[in-house]
Amino acid sequence: MTTSTQVIQRKRVFEVSPTRQRVIGIIEILLAALILLVFALNVSADVKTQFVMTPGGIEVGRMGDWIVPSQLTLFILAGLCLLIGIYQLVKSFGRWTNALVGLCFLFVIFSFLVWQAAGKSLNLAGMLSSAVMLAVPITLGAFSGILAERSGIINIAIEGMMLMSCMVATIFGSLARNAWVGLLAGILSAALLALIHGVLSIKYKVNQVISGTVINIFAAGMTSFISQKFLQHIQNLNNPPMFTRVPIPLLANIPLVGPILFNTNLFVYLMFAILIILQVALFQTRWGLRLRSVGEHPKAADTLGINVIKTRYMGILLSGLVAGIGGAFFTLGSVGRFDEGMTAGKGFIGLAAMIFGNWNPIGALGAGLLFGFADAIGSKLSLLGSAIPPQFMAMAPYLITMVVLAGFIGKGQAPAAEGIPY
Amino acid sequence: MNQKIEEKPELGKEILKELNHEPAEGEHHKKSLWSSISIPLLAILTGLLVGAVLIAVTSTTVYAAFGESIGKGLLTALREIGTAYKALFTGALGDPVRIINALKLGDAKEIRSALNPALESLVQSTPYIFTGLAVAVGFRSGLFNIGVEGQLFMGAAAATYVGYAVTGLPAYIHMPLALLAGAAGGALWGFIPGLLKAKTGGHEVINTIMMNWIAFRLTEWLLSGPMTRPGSGGMPISPLIQKTAEIPQFFQSPIRFHLGFFIALATAWLIWWLLFKTTWGLNLRTVGTNPRAAKYAGLSTTKSILVAMSISGALAGLAGANQILAVNRSMALGLSSGYGYDSIALALIGNNHPVGIVLSSLLFGTLRNGATRMMVVSSIPIDIVDVIQAIILMFVAAPAIIRAIYHIKKPKKEDETVFLSGWGGK
Repeated sequence: MTTSTQVIQRKRVFEVSPTRQRVIGIIEILLAALILLVFALNVSADVKTQFVMTPGGIEVGRMGDWIVPSQLTLFILAGLCLLIGIYQLVKSFGRWTNALVGLCFLFVIFSFLVWQAAGKSLNLAGMLSSAVMLAVPITLGAFSGILAERSGIINIAIEGMMLMSCMVATIFGSLARNAWVGLLAGILSAALLALIHGVLSIKYKVNQVISGTVINIFAAGMTSFISQKFLQHIQNLNNPPMFTRVPIPLLANIPLVGPILFNTNLFVYLMFAILIILQVALFQTRWGLRLRSVGEHPKAADTLGINVIKTRYMGILLSGLVAGIGGAFFTLGSVGRFDEGMTAGKGFIGLAAMIFGNWNPIGALGAGLLFGFADAIGSKLSLLGSAIPPQFMAMAPYLITMVVLAGFIGKGQAPAAEGIPY
Repeated sequence: MNQKIEEKPELGKEILKELNHEPAEGEHHKKSLWSSISIPLLAILTGLLVGAVLIAVTSTTVYAAFGESIGKGLLTALREIGTAYKALFTGALGDPVRIINALKLGDAKEIRSALNPALESLVQSTPYIFTGLAVAVGFRSGLFNIGVEGQLFMGAAAATYVGYAVTGLPAYIHMPLALLAGAAGGALWGFIPGLLKAKTGGHEVINTIMMNWIAFRLTEWLLSGPMTRPGSGGMPISPLIQKTAEIPQFFQSPIRFHLGFFIALATAWLIWWLLFKTTWGLNLRTVGTNPRAAKYAGLSTTKSILVAMSISGALAGLAGANQILAVNRSMALGLSSGYGYDSIALALIGNNHPVGIVLSSLLFGTLRNGATRMMVVSSIPIDIVDVIQAIILMFVAAPAIIRAIYHIKKPKKEDETVFLSGWGGK
């Protein structure tokens, strides 16, 4: 069975054309120049950057602060980027090209932090911790997208499903005074929208992007309507209990990693649980093979006796379920009250994360963390009193998404039968 | 396996093939007017019915009345819906009784206020015409431009800047210049995702959404920084534009009806002419409906994507410019009530045809204008319009549901598309 599972896995093609090799090499050298000219030379030689390595309000798993000489660090990072760039130009890293460009960008981001926090103290662990939290809805959105698209249905309605779940979770959580009830209700509401999306796009063969747009407009209108009609006047409806921080014994004591990953709330744990389940189920089980075959070649799957319609309904319903968890996060796991349009495009960024992650759960998590990190940088730096306007920092995740789509993925390798009604 | 992947029709293209399906000439003439407008009309009717149900089930007075007796509950529900929809109607088109009385009296001021609702509906429709055309040009050429909202903001920002910063020009130069600046701002914001699509294959759906958010943040920064009104104390609002840049309003206050409406109609005609009467438009539509055929015919997909996205963006920019120059006269962040997003539904309901778009813009503008009055009278949030629009779009996209509800027979020569064709024109 393992062999048959492997057959359908799409081969990832890593052919780096000579032009691409050169362009990427030049980009890496330019990044080195950026670190050197903009960051390193604007810092005086004797200044140090202090990184706090424990998030605020955490008792277990503390770690000492990390102090680096700002300019020297920047010189070293610029040098590394330069070396990578030169090697890329001359010899090319082959299949590791993308990973190394990613590394260079990481260096740039870190250099940026060293530069911005030169002579000051920056809570790096706090930033990473909030990056993980900010990554939760994006990653869950990406998982939701994977479930739908692997079965051949484009789901641009993730945003709408999240928004609806977010509101419903708030109302039911507040009414029952129980976060679990809220979570469940939120999931159900998102699954209901997913069902509508399914019926429209599977039964009535409505164009899936349009069907998704219907859901998005409906959810945006409905949540704003209910919010203005009820939630804004009746405080008791908009005050759900939240999922609190639950430290995992032992693991929470690991310095740095413990406080960030093992001393958070349910949603982070759920994210990792879904990651593992999804990764195994999609690629190691018969269920996953069938789901993927329906997304790649429904006619062939049908010939082999797989019920395409049923499989697609399952895919879209599971997609709604995961989107529902992601939506409930906004109120029950993060803010504690519902505001109009509070998902702020996270569902769409989740789709970008899905594409960036090449329709693979692990890749999607990586992309989600990247976007979360970009988000976190923005909010932390405005606290540091950075000279850069906060609006520009807020643009970062969107810009990164575009750069990533353009530079790394291009056309991507979406499931072959995606978007085609069967 | 690899070959398979390459052959995969692209996400957008497949959709658009459906969208742009045009019935053969003979087939088109055979269709009666009724069969081509029955679905949208019934969709609108059903949308309003769903809205009515929503009004009833979210009203606490209705629940209180049901507590007393079922009959009283039903009666109260009907009364609530009646009050709300009466407000929607009079808010959108004016109170007939009041208009007649005003005309009898002959009081100019009273006539103006009585006629204002209907004319205000046209004012509200104007940006929809531009944004609807923007989405349609994208769809026609095989692109799903969700970035209309951001392009509108950038267009508005550019028009505002030219509107207040350039001085000493006569009105007949300044106003068109500001409009052009708006078009250019939007075009730039459409061009970037177009370029990314053409050169790297980055999907325009995601890129345009990202460009939206960047545009919001950018305008927020512009309005609270470089373009802020002196003395606004950090409030994100621009200075007032020069008198010479204003698009003239025809009547005195409170009527805001302005020249922009006719500019929008002229633009719609221009787009119709471009799309359906020029070789260029034919090429564009061919790339949209059948990219493979276009390739064999030697048409450049790259060029078509760039041009279509730029025009689409320019139209969206015009929507923003129009709002600034004709209505708001300065720029603030609450510039748009989601015109860009609504226009996706609007363009689809109008079958991506300029005539259909003008008609559905009138519908959307009227609905929104009426809903404002409904909000005042019955305290029903204006967002109910979005719900109604979503329902209308759903039924237009899936006419089979409407046919099932109203027991309409499937037309014999049913084209396989999900969209109605026609609405006159073509």
